[in-house]
Parts: sequence; C-alpha cells; structure tokens
Amino acid sequence: MTTIAPPDRTGPDVAPARQARRRRPLQGRLLTIYTWVVIVWLCLPIGVMILFGFNNTKGRYNNTWQGFTFKWYGRLFDIQDLTNAMKNSLIIALLTMIIAGTIGTMVGLALGRYRFRGSGSTNLVMFAAISSPEIVMGAALLSLFVTLSVPLGFVTILIAHVMFSVSFVAVTVRARVMTLDPSMEEAARDLGAGTWATFRYVTLPMIFPGVLAGSLLAFALSIDDFVITSFNAGSTTTFPLWIWGATKVGLPPQVNVMGTLIFTAGVLLAIGTALAGRRRA
Amino acid sequence: MNARLRARLTPYALLLPGGLWLLVFFVVPLVAMLSLSLQQGDIVNGYTMTWHWQTYVDGIRTYHDQIIRSLIYGTISTVLQLLIGYPVAYWIAFRGGSRKSVYLFLLLLPFFVSFVLRTIAWQFFLSDNGILLGPLKDIGLVGQDFHLLARSAAVIGGLTYNYLPFMVLPLYVALERVDPSMVEAAHDLYASRVQAFLRVVWPLSLPGVFAGVLITFVPASSDYVNASILGGPQNSMIGNVIQNQYLINQTYPTAAALSFTLMAILLIGIFLYARALGTEDVLEAAAR
Repeated sequence: MTTIAPPDRTGPDVAPARQARRRRPLQGRLLTIYTWVVIVWLCLPIGVMILFGFNNTKGRYNNTWQGFTFKWYGRLFDIQDLTNAMKNSLIIALLTMIIAGTIGTMVGLALGRYRFRGSGSTNLVMFAAISSPEIVMGAALLSLFVTLSVPLGFVTILIAHVMFSVSFVAVTVRARVMTLDPSMEEAARDLGAGTWATFRYVTLPMIFPGVLAGSLLAFALSIDDFVITSFNAGSTTTFPLWIWGATKVGLPPQVNVMGTLIFTAGVLLAIGTALAGRRRA
Repeated sequence: MNARLRARLTPYALLLPGGLWLLVFFVVPLVAMLSLSLQQGDIVNGYTMTWHWQTYVDGIRTYHDQIIRSLIYGTISTVLQLLIGYPVAYWIAFRGGSRKSVYLFLLLLPFFVSFVLRTIAWQFFLSDNGILLGPLKDIGLVGQDFHLLARSAAVIGGLTYNYLPFMVLPLYVALERVDPSMVEAAHDLYASRVQAFLRVVWPLSLPGVFAGVLITFVPASSDYVNASILGGPQNSMIGNVIQNQYLINQTYPTAAALSFTLMAILLIGIFLYARALGTEDVLEAAAR
C-alpha cells in the first residue's frame, strides 16, 4: 500500500472556500438543538432520581412532589435490608475490581506484548464473553451451579462478576500495552533490571492508566449488574436486586439518595481520572 | 530454567488465572447448560441425561411468540437507536470542536445510575396518573383510561433509551476517523451535500454502524427488565420466560433449552459478523 500525504488543509486557497461553506446557520443549529434534546432525554431520569431524593414524602409512595427536604440524607441507613444490599454491592464491586483488575491486566499484558499459540482462541473467548447476552451468561453459570449443587450467595455473585468483567479489563489493558515502545523494557533489562524490577518500575507505570481505567470499569460493571447477579444470587441481595424486589411496593426515597451518591461519586471519579490522564499525557 | 524457555512460557503464565476463570465460569457453564437442557427430571429427584431433544421442540413451540417478539422489539429498537444516534454522533464528531469528550461524557452520564433505577424512572414518568399523563388527563386532552405503560411502544422506547449510548459510541469512533477533507474533496467535485454524505461519509462510517448494531441488538433482544417494568404480560419477551423458568418455576431443562436457543440465534449472527468483519472493531468499541 502506498501512503498518500494528507492534503494541506491550512493552505491559503482552501481556507476561504471552507469558511464560506461553513455558513449554514439554520441546518447547523437544528442539528445542535437536536443533539442537546437527545442529551436531555438521556439525562432526564437522573434528574428525577436526584430530585425525588429531596422529596418530603409522607407515605409509602415517593411519586408526587411534596416539598423539599434533606431528611432522607440523614435517614439514609434506616432501612436495614437496603443498607445490607448496598454494603454487599460495594464489597463485591471492590473485590471484583481487585481480582478482575489483576488477572485481567495479566491477560491484557500477555495478549498485547507476546505472540503465542492460543492467543487467537483467547481473543475469541473474550470476544464471546463481551458480546454474549447477559441472560445467557447468567443462566449458563446457574446451570453449572445447579449441576454441581453449589449453594448460591455472595461467593457465586463474586465469581460471576469477575467472569464478566475480566475481558473488559484485558481489552482495555491490551489497548494500552500495544501503544508502548518495547525498547523501554529492553533498555531496563540491558541496564541490569530483572524481570520483576522491569515490570514494577518500567512496564507497570507505563500501562497504569489502562489498568486504572480497566479496574474502574470492572467496579462500575459490578455495582450496576442486575441480570447475571439475579441468576446467581440465591437469597443474597445487592443494591439493584433490592430495588427490583421493591419495585412492586414502591421505592423509598433512600434508594434515590443512594443512587444520587453513587452517581455523584462516579462522575467525580471519572472527571478526576480524565483530568489526571490529561496531565500525564 | 533457561531464559529462552522462560520467555516462551511467560505469556502462558500471565494468561493462566484469567484464562482459567473464563474457561471454568464462562465456557464450561455453556456446556453445562447444553447438557442440562438435554436432561430430564426435577429438582427433588435430580436430573438424568436422556438426550431429550424434544425439550427444544416443545420449548420453541410453546414460546415462539416470545422469541419472535424479542427479535422484533430488538430490531425496532436497534433501528430507532441508529436513527436517533447517528445525527448525534455525526454532530459530536464534526461539530464538537474541542469539547467532544465533554459531549461524550454527557451521553454516558446515564450509566452512572443503575440500569434498573433508570428503567423505573421511565415507569414513573409514564405511569397512568404520573407527571406526564396526570395533567393531560386533568385537562381532558386524553381519555381517563388512556395509558402508555403495558404497551409495545413503552417497552421498545425503554430498550431504545437504555442502549442508545452503546450505539452512539462506535458510531462516533467511526465518524471521528473520517477526514473532513474527504468531504471537502467531494464538494470540490460538485457532489451535493446529500451525495457527499451518502457516497463518502456513510460508507466510511459503516464499521461503526455494524459495531453499534451488534452491541445494541444482542442485549436489547435478550432483555427482560424493560418488558417487566414497562410492559404488560402481553409484551413479555424470551428473556422474561427464561428468567421465570429458571428462578421461579425452576424447570431447568426447558429454561436451559430456551437460553441455548436464544444464544444460538444471537451467536450465529455474531460469528457470521465476526467472520465477515473481524473482531477488532467490536473489541475496540468495547474498550472505550
């Protein structure tokens, strides 16, 4: 293949023509308005969730606006089952982040750095795990647990969460590893660093943004998962499972408050890592 | 151990824990599910393998309505997402300027709220006397027994809403790669704006379209959360049946046969796609 040099887009004869063509005010603005309408549509439920966490509701139902209050923030942990479910969700997400983050990073390193027999089938399995319908993954895992009479609960949820998030970590880390220059590691080895020292002081710092992004993704996938968890939870509840169970009787405002807190933490974390990544780059 | 051998074994050592986890808890379960679908028995007395393929025939015969409905809902919502999402991705890619990542972030905001909670928020919006229909009924614009929930439109709308960002992201990735000077060149060669779009931009964005369609069609057609929360019994999808059979009726062989059928339908599509276009686009889109 021959490479064609990109045309000089800043050339003096191109610029005026381009500017002239850029003046299509109405159509351009319509598309802008349209995009904002879609963004508002997407964010509407978030607004409602946050707003109704401040609703001074009296009865069981939290669906008509009855005035502003902060009291649900103070009574956040009043519902014992909900608090336990949230605690389970956080612990499982944290453990998933650590386990999937570690073994996923290792897979990502293997795939991004080495050529070896079996890398093709590993890619295929990861591709299948990422694109399989959640319900099938949940149902299949439950079939295994039923066949082997494994009791369902905390451990089976954790197994499931690591299973579905490990491929996402591996893919994220692999993408980062492939952008690296292997000569850095060779230089470290030439200077007498052992395998571990090379990894710890050269490779890991360079791939760290990928590891961090992958691990946070694992955390996010875990804390939000409903479908696969519902198949493998037994009588253990997580935050999404508790919400599902309470839907029929109406959700207490505490759910809105917890949702709001997770949302805020997630957004702050995402902005933080984005800014940190920008500074590093 | 000599250095050469060690270098050859390193990738396998790195692969071992993660690969084993996927093998034992993803690949083996699929085999277990296939095996369970061919067994007969019940929970009390246990199951024995009888190669009972009839379960598939009976399952499909009984639930073909739900299977077809799932594929129809999945298709309609995927098409809607493409129609709604393409202009958004186009605008961000070509007009987003220096704030592209801000717009993408805004599109991803819903993912910071639990999927179940987002769907319940729509139930709340659309409920019979809720903030949308309540006032409309009060002023008599719609009849008292008018409802939006428990209709196909509500379920399809929910599916479209929930998976839209998954459609926009790969579209954006593909459109972002389109060099604006290509469009300029088309204009210089007297292409109209419609022609420039249809002959230049659209073909170049096709990998994103394929990736987006795949990423959204699979979860949308196998979803049961939207149908449960926003739909009525007449809107139930194959996911609802599988969930019910596994978790409530505990008729495992039928449930396993139905999930295997669902997976077969979807995976055949995925692998045909992967063969035709390569897995890279999807993995890349998933990494973003």
